[in-house]
Formats: sequence, C-alpha cells, structure tokens
Amino acid sequence: MKKFGLKAWLYLLPAILFLVVFMVYPLIDVVIYSFEEGFTTTSQTATGVGIGNFSTVLRDPYFIQALKNTFVLVAITVPVSTGLALLISLGLSSIKKLREFFQTVYFLPYVTNTLAVGLVFMMLFNKNESSGSVGMINTFIRFFGGPTIDFINGPYWAKMLVLCLYTVWIVLPFKILILTSALASVKKDYYNAAKVDGTSKFRTFTHITLPMISPMLFYLFITGFIGAFKAYSDAVALFGTKLNEAGMNTIVGYVYDKLYGDSGGYPSYASAAALILFFIILTITVINLIVRNKLTYKGGGGRA
Amino acid sequence: MRDRHPKDLKKQYTFGGIAGKAGVYFMLALWALMVLFPFYFMIITSFKSYGSYSAEITPAIVPKTWTVANYSSLFGDSSVPLPRYLLNTAFFAIVTTAIMVVVIVLAAFAFARLSFRGKNIVFVLFLSLMMIPSELVIITNFVTITDLNLRNTYLGLILPSVTSVFYIYLLKESFELVPDEVYKAAKVDGTSDFKFLIRIMVPMSKSTIITVIILKVIECWNSYVWPRLITRDPDHFLVSQGIQEIRENGFGKENVPAMMAAVVIISVPLIVLFLIFRRKIMEGVSRGGTKG
Repeated sequence: MKKFGLKAWLYLLPAILFLVVFMVYPLIDVVIYSFEEGFTTTSQTATGVGIGNFSTVLRDPYFIQALKNTFVLVAITVPVSTGLALLISLGLSSIKKLREFFQTVYFLPYVTNTLAVGLVFMMLFNKNESSGSVGMINTFIRFFGGPTIDFINGPYWAKMLVLCLYTVWIVLPFKILILTSALASVKKDYYNAAKVDGTSKFRTFTHITLPMISPMLFYLFITGFIGAFKAYSDAVALFGTKLNEAGMNTIVGYVYDKLYGDSGGYPSYASAAALILFFIILTITVINLIVRNKLTYKGGGGRA
Repeated sequence: MRDRHPKDLKKQYTFGGIAGKAGVYFMLALWALMVLFPFYFMIITSFKSYGSYSAEITPAIVPKTWTVANYSSLFGDSSVPLPRYLLNTAFFAIVTTAIMVVVIVLAAFAFARLSFRGKNIVFVLFLSLMMIPSELVIITNFVTITDLNLRNTYLGLILPSVTSVFYIYLLKESFELVPDEVYKAAKVDGTSDFKFLIRIMVPMSKSTIITVIILKVIECWNSYVWPRLITRDPDHFLVSQGIQEIRENGFGKENVPAMMAAVVIISVPLIVLFLIFRRKIMEGVSRGGTKG
C-alpha cells in the first residue's frame, strides 16, 4: 500500500514540479515584490517594506490612463459582444439551411493570430496622409458623405472605437458557440407547450428562453469581464508596442511595460499593478456572482 | 376562442414567418460578411504589387493586376526572416505540446486511477490553480528565466507553458470513463500500471487527447506575451512577435502588400487545421477554452 502511494506521487511529480516553480512560487513572490520598496533589477535590494509601490503606481498618469482605457473597453465590449452573440445565436437556432456554414464562418476569428489579423484591422481603418490613401473604411465613410477620420493616430474616441470593434470581433466566436449550444439544450416541450397556449414569440423568449439560458449568459458575463480586463494583445496589434505614447495602454500593458523594455526594470511596480488588476477582477466577479444569485432567487420566488 | 387560435397562429406563421426568416438570414449574412471581410482584404491586398497599391487613393476591391511577387519575396529573399519565424513557431508548438501531453497524461492517470493519501486535497489544490491569472505569475517567471540565463532560448520559451491544470482535469474526466473492470482485468493479467496507461487508457481516450493537442497548438501558434518578454534575439522570434517586428521595424512600414502576404501565410496553417478538425475544436472550446 505504501509503495502504491509513492507510485502515484511519481506520476504527479512532473506536473507538481512545473506548477510549483511556475505558478505557486511566483504567486507568493509577486506579493513579496509588491511590498518591497525601492527594488529594481539594477539595485537588486529593497530599501524598505510598505505600500509605497501601490501609491506610486496609483499616482502614475500612465497607470490612470491604462485604468481608464481598460474600464471603457470593458464597459463597452462586454455588453455589446454578449448582446450581439445572443442575437446571432437566436438567429442561428431558428434556421436550418446554411446553419453549419454560418457557424463555421463565425468561428474563424477564434483560430486567427491576434497580432496578424489586428494588422489587417489597422490597415482597414488606417488613413495615411502622406501617401494620400484614405483606407478602406474611410472610403466607405466618404461614399456616404461623411468626413474621413484617422482611426489609428487620430482622436481618442476613434481609436477606442476601433479597439472595441476588434475586441468584439475576436471574442464573439466563443460567445456564439456557448450560446448556440445553450439554446439547443432548451427542451422542445416548453416551446411546444407555449405554441399550443398561443404565447407570443416575445413572451416565449422572455419567459422560457431567457430564464433557461441565463446561467450560460452569466457565465459569459463573468468570463467576458475577466477577459476584457486582461486586454493587451489586441491593443498592440492595432497601435503598436508603444501604447503609452498612443494613449491606448491597458492595465496588463502597463504591467509589462514596467517589467521590460524602455520603461522596464521595475518588477515591484509591475507586481503592484498586477495585484491591483487581480483585485479589480476579483471584485467584479464577486459582484457578478451576487447579482446572479439574487436574480435566481427572485425568479424562484416570483413564480411561487 | 379555442377554434380561432390555431388559425391565427398559422396565418402569422406563414406571412410574418417568411419576412422574419428573410430578416434573420440578412442579419446572419451581414455578420458573416463582417467576419470574412478582413480575410478577403488581406488576401486581395497580398496579390497587389507594391507600386499599384501605393498608387491607389481609394483601395481597390479587386486588384487590377495580380502578382505573386509578395509571396516569392517572402520565401526567396533571405533578408526577410519570415520562414525562420514559421520554423521557430512550429518547433515551439510541437515541443511544448509534446512535453505537455506527457505531463498531463501522467498526472491525469494518477488522479483518475491510482489511490494515494491526500488525493482529494491535492486535486482541489490543482483546481484552485485554475483561477490564477497568468498575468500575476508572469512577473516572477520572467525573473526566474532571466536568473537561469534562459532568455533567448527555446527552453525559456517552453518551460513555463508545459503544464495545464485545465487539461489535466479534462483528461482525468475522460480517463474515468474507462470501466473499472478493464483495469481489474489488466491487473489480473499482471499488466503494470504504466503499460496499462500506454496500451489501454491512452488509446481509449484518443479523442480527448487529440482535442487537447489541437487546442494547445493553436495557443502556441498565437502566443505573444511571454515570447515577447523573453526573446530579444530575432533568431528566436515566433510569428506573432515576428509580424510585429516586420511592421514596426521591417519592410511592413512601407510595403503593405508584402506585409499582408506575411499575414496570410501566418493565418493559413491554423485555418486549415480548423477546417479539418472543426467539430473537435468547437467541442473542445465549448468545454472551457477561452481565448486568453
């Protein structure tokens, strides 16, 4: 029996080894880093212990900018992408012809390289003054009589619009996939009963479909919030690696900038920023769970 | 009342139904267009010559003249390191996935089949690691890899991503579907645990293992953040970083058609993989994959 137990641990050894070195230890270390004041890659020693790193980060205008950008991105893309995914999934589940085709097409953004396709979005929205080319999207805008806009190097809201659009484009495949299978799992009996009763389509949706898929909708909201708060690669793909100069940095981008590159060498600041991000995500997730439990409870009480 | 209802329903269904159906198809086609247009744009642009692209004030929907010069320059011209990036990424993806499969098969087998003290606690600890965002641990990993002098090496690229708690969990579930009787029969025959794992468990869970492999390869092909942190030497660049380099410091600054050709070449392998394993990929992703 003793030998048996040892054998199991041997099977687990590689996994445990990698997890301890690259996940458990770093998790403890990041907390230590964040409280070590004055530590840089060149100094290698801390001058004190305290919350100095957090206050420095929270007063850094680049961090405030990154915080603002991330919150705007989250506030726009999470509801928009979830709503759009619901609309598309409802459409998909109501048709038979071409359904497979649409499903395949909609999934394509999931299997593309974020950096590579982001470059295509950049080219589509770009407006190159020097060469006189206005780009594809601006050609459309001009065709409909609007003024051309520089979406990549222009005003803040134009840049944010492109970033939101690209983010929605990237995250939609996952949401459509989840919602389509959630819709498919709603029992046909309920719909048939509603049909016999002559219930309107809208009422059927709000009273049968929506409650039945609401757990999946909440799941998408939670994963959507978490994913959007961690946005980074999409912004790099559109605006390049110098995100601070473009004014389009995100919290994760700020963490990496503090760690490496021209403004890098400050793992303590990076750790403090990463922990702030972690607590924001944790708070939002807890709020989400509370709201979900409240709604589920009310739904049950209302029916009784 | 009761007599009138079905009639009304039918009327509404045929008249409003057709208009509604058309609306649904219109909406679906519109989104399909939104998804496909970037792909269409990159393909047609990649076939335009540099000269004709630069001369366009408004981009042409169809190239006036088609050329494959962009593609031949990507592979023929040694100053463009794209083939190198592709080879690096393929190597990175294959080795990372191979090591990961070994690690997770062993761990999943221990959880699914072997009994040992503290099994439940260890499993719960494993699961709790799933909640930890990679952004939190990447800082120390960067320092660790730097201290080990593994910057700009494949080992440094590969090591932090060869374990996945989620895939261990997925595989454990699949291993548990193999009936106990099969295991007991093998034990009676004197088959060792390891032999049983390799000869029986792995082949019986082939489907899940293939799903895991494909998802991991996709993840490797697209990885950007970690490689960018630890590789500065272009000889170790992966495609994501490579394309960013081409765009910011290479020919991409000027020659958009050549850059689009590079984008097409980077995108094609995954799209082909997706079209072949469409069902497996979609099933795997719906079981808990999110794009990180």
